[in-house]
Amino acid sequence: MGLTQIGASILAALLVGALPKGHRDDVTRGAIRVYFLLALSVLAVYWFQPAVPLRSFDFWIPSLSLVLVILTWFITAQAGAWKSRQNIIGLSIIVGGVALVDITRYIFPDPFITTTTTPRLIIVLGFFALTALAISTFTILSRRIAFTLSLAIILLISILLILKSPFLSLQTSILFRTLINRPIESASALELRWLGFSYITFRLIHVLRDKQTGRLPELTLPEFATYVVFFPSLSAGPIDRVERFATDLKKDFALTQDETLLAGQRIAIGLFKKFVVADALALIALNDALVTQVRTTGWMWIILYAYTFQIYFDFSGYTDIAIGIARLVGIKLPENFASPYTKPNLTQFWNSWHITLTQWIRSYFFNPFNRWIRGYKSLPAWTILLIGQLATMFLIGLWHGVTVNFILWSTWHGLGLFLQNRWSDFAKTSFSVTSPRMQTAMQIGGILLTFHFVALGWVFFALSDPSLSWQVFLALSGVSR
Amino acid sequence: MQNKPRLFVVLLKATLLLVLFNFAFILMGIFPLGKLSLYNRVFPGRERFPFGESQKGYNLSLFNLDAMFASHVLVGTPKASDEYRVFLIGDSSVWGTLLTPEQNLAGQLNASEINACGKTVHSYNLGYPYISLLQELMILNEALQYQPDMVIWLTTLESFPHDKQLTAPLVANSPERVKQLIEKYQLPLDPNDPALNHASTLEQTFVSRRRAVADLLRLQIYGALWSATGIDQFYPENYERAQTDFEADDTFHEIKPTASLQDHLSLNILDAGMNIIDVPMILVNEPILISDGVNGDIRYNFFYPRWAFDQYRLILDEYTSSRGVPYLDLWDLVPMDEFTNSGVHLTPAGESMLAEKVSDAIQNFCE
Repeated sequence: MGLTQIGASILAALLVGALPKGHRDDVTRGAIRVYFLLALSVLAVYWFQPAVPLRSFDFWIPSLSLVLVILTWFITAQAGAWKSRQNIIGLSIIVGGVALVDITRYIFPDPFITTTTTPRLIIVLGFFALTALAISTFTILSRRIAFTLSLAIILLISILLILKSPFLSLQTSILFRTLINRPIESASALELRWLGFSYITFRLIHVLRDKQTGRLPELTLPEFATYVVFFPSLSAGPIDRVERFATDLKKDFALTQDETLLAGQRIAIGLFKKFVVADALALIALNDALVTQVRTTGWMWIILYAYTFQIYFDFSGYTDIAIGIARLVGIKLPENFASPYTKPNLTQFWNSWHITLTQWIRSYFFNPFNRWIRGYKSLPAWTILLIGQLATMFLIGLWHGVTVNFILWSTWHGLGLFLQNRWSDFAKTSFSVTSPRMQTAMQIGGILLTFHFVALGWVFFALSDPSLSWQVFLALSGVSR
Repeated sequence: MQNKPRLFVVLLKATLLLVLFNFAFILMGIFPLGKLSLYNRVFPGRERFPFGESQKGYNLSLFNLDAMFASHVLVGTPKASDEYRVFLIGDSSVWGTLLTPEQNLAGQLNASEINACGKTVHSYNLGYPYISLLQELMILNEALQYQPDMVIWLTTLESFPHDKQLTAPLVANSPERVKQLIEKYQLPLDPNDPALNHASTLEQTFVSRRRAVADLLRLQIYGALWSATGIDQFYPENYERAQTDFEADDTFHEIKPTASLQDHLSLNILDAGMNIIDVPMILVNEPILISDGVNGDIRYNFFYPRWAFDQYRLILDEYTSSRGVPYLDLWDLVPMDEFTNSGVHLTPAGESMLAEKVSDAIQNFCE
């Protein structure tokens, strides 16, 4: 999200937050707020989508996001739920939003919401018909075959894998280019940029899994769709839980002065973090080109520190902005960061870094996986712990990208968590530190050690190739510079 | 009970502070912000002025002469008693487009470790990419406070036409400096020329100047990468070579061969440059690409039809002879293959040929 998009989001949120009273009752006012939020979110899905070289793909990709949202709602909602007034209005808002975006090509001389010209209306009408057919089929199947929900999860993970794997992305790009008769020489793994898909997928999988386990509350389509593509958290999270989000959405809300000030403060902090601190640090942060250019060990450490703080300020800045904007419309999004670089050990770091992702992985992977692996009684406890932590970190790594460097990064953290756990157990049983000075020293030492462990881990995360990471480690240790 | 801030009060205070800050910023205009620099303090000074549009070069162009000088190594280098300080003034060929600091003229002169007048010669690259004599005069005027022993001014015909003088971005965005130069040296230029960007009061506020302030800050941040890498320019693996085939066009800045070229050249700016310095100056007609391609009999290169450049050489020869200015006419020194992406940009080998001649001239001057 750029400054223009953030500014427009703030303005839109202020308008929604300040929706006047005076309707028939508070329930109506609450429903209207949801409709407005849904309409804004639908438009944001298109507006925030970055340009894609393939013609009209910046229209089709957001449209597919919305199809996945509607599909997931249909297969998780009660049979016939779509006939209710609220859901028909919600469906009309989504379909109307897509149609509105499309017909801008007939109204404005240049693309207005999307970056390139949208497809002709007749093609979009065909797309609507196909979508309706696919959703109906899937919905009917889901009533008859229990496996449909799992199938939807597999579909989402497959798309995520394609988008996150440079090889598969490239092959898909070549496939699309072949289908639409465009030169395949220009195909690129970066061509299929699907804004917010990682977050959309995790929200949808959360809903599908909760449906499978019977924990999913009843949600209207407007509530559900707003949750998945909520415009403040569309591009960079956090990953809220649907039942918590829906509770906020259902609450009667009127924007007060206090709320406005608190939200404004949070947005201002976020803007400063992202656009002043992070963007300034980005100029000197570790990247592929700098690996061979930096001449001394000292400077290599400095650009690594710059990256370490840049990634934090960038991500947490966006989170602050999202939380602030959401607050203007009465949604209290969960926190994603809690001073992660001041934590004395790696477990605490991961409890305070990208908190909502960690909690999601814990709920939907680590805990079930641990329960499953504990079934193998012959395995020693430390092996179970090691496998569990490595597997969890692999998943977090793969969520960022299916590359060797992300695997190395996740292995680094998986092993780090395992070693820290073993050391904690050993320390607890072997010695106790009673002196306050010693405790302070241990605390500071722990913070410094954890910070540097994490910073060194970013060497894998920031670079595209293991050989580049190796060169950085050599430079950091003073061997090669 | 603690008083909660009221939204209206907060917004009012914020607005007032913003307005006050913007007005304070206008008043701060009298203080040259560009002189505040981390270069030569935290980071080493740059070997040449900041210039560049690609982030890959860890450099940027800005229109603030104070900041440009503040980032230059010259400002942070006290003159040693045995130093013979030579300033190289000129355009992008002196600055060193596509050349590293070691490969450009200043770098090669310094590497050759020559002596002149019993002292060690140290050359400073004060070239700046854009061809305009007035821009070069502006830089020279500013540089004189740093005690040169000699100035070498490398010129080419393209920097002489009247229409080139005020359009250089650095000149156009420094109207006050230009005005001072015009008044000081009685230059026949209009200080109110529309080509000069005179900022209104509103345009001097922080909001209007935010880009310039951001550029100043970015220049400081890039100091870290200059220090870490020694890179100050993006060197593409491939670039388009200088044009060697031309249309059969014999005009120069719409001047036809029948016209008197001298009437269209700003020789008075060169005069001003000669007059402001009280140390020796060598004028150099820098090497140009001499093409043997299509219509090479009409044009030497992209910039010059043959008749115009031949006339220019005669004019410069006569000009320097009549004033007793040491002059090196090196126009045909470098063969065609030793030019890079323009008819005035040299390869390291071409630069070496030039450095050899300039080096001889510096040493001979003292003898």
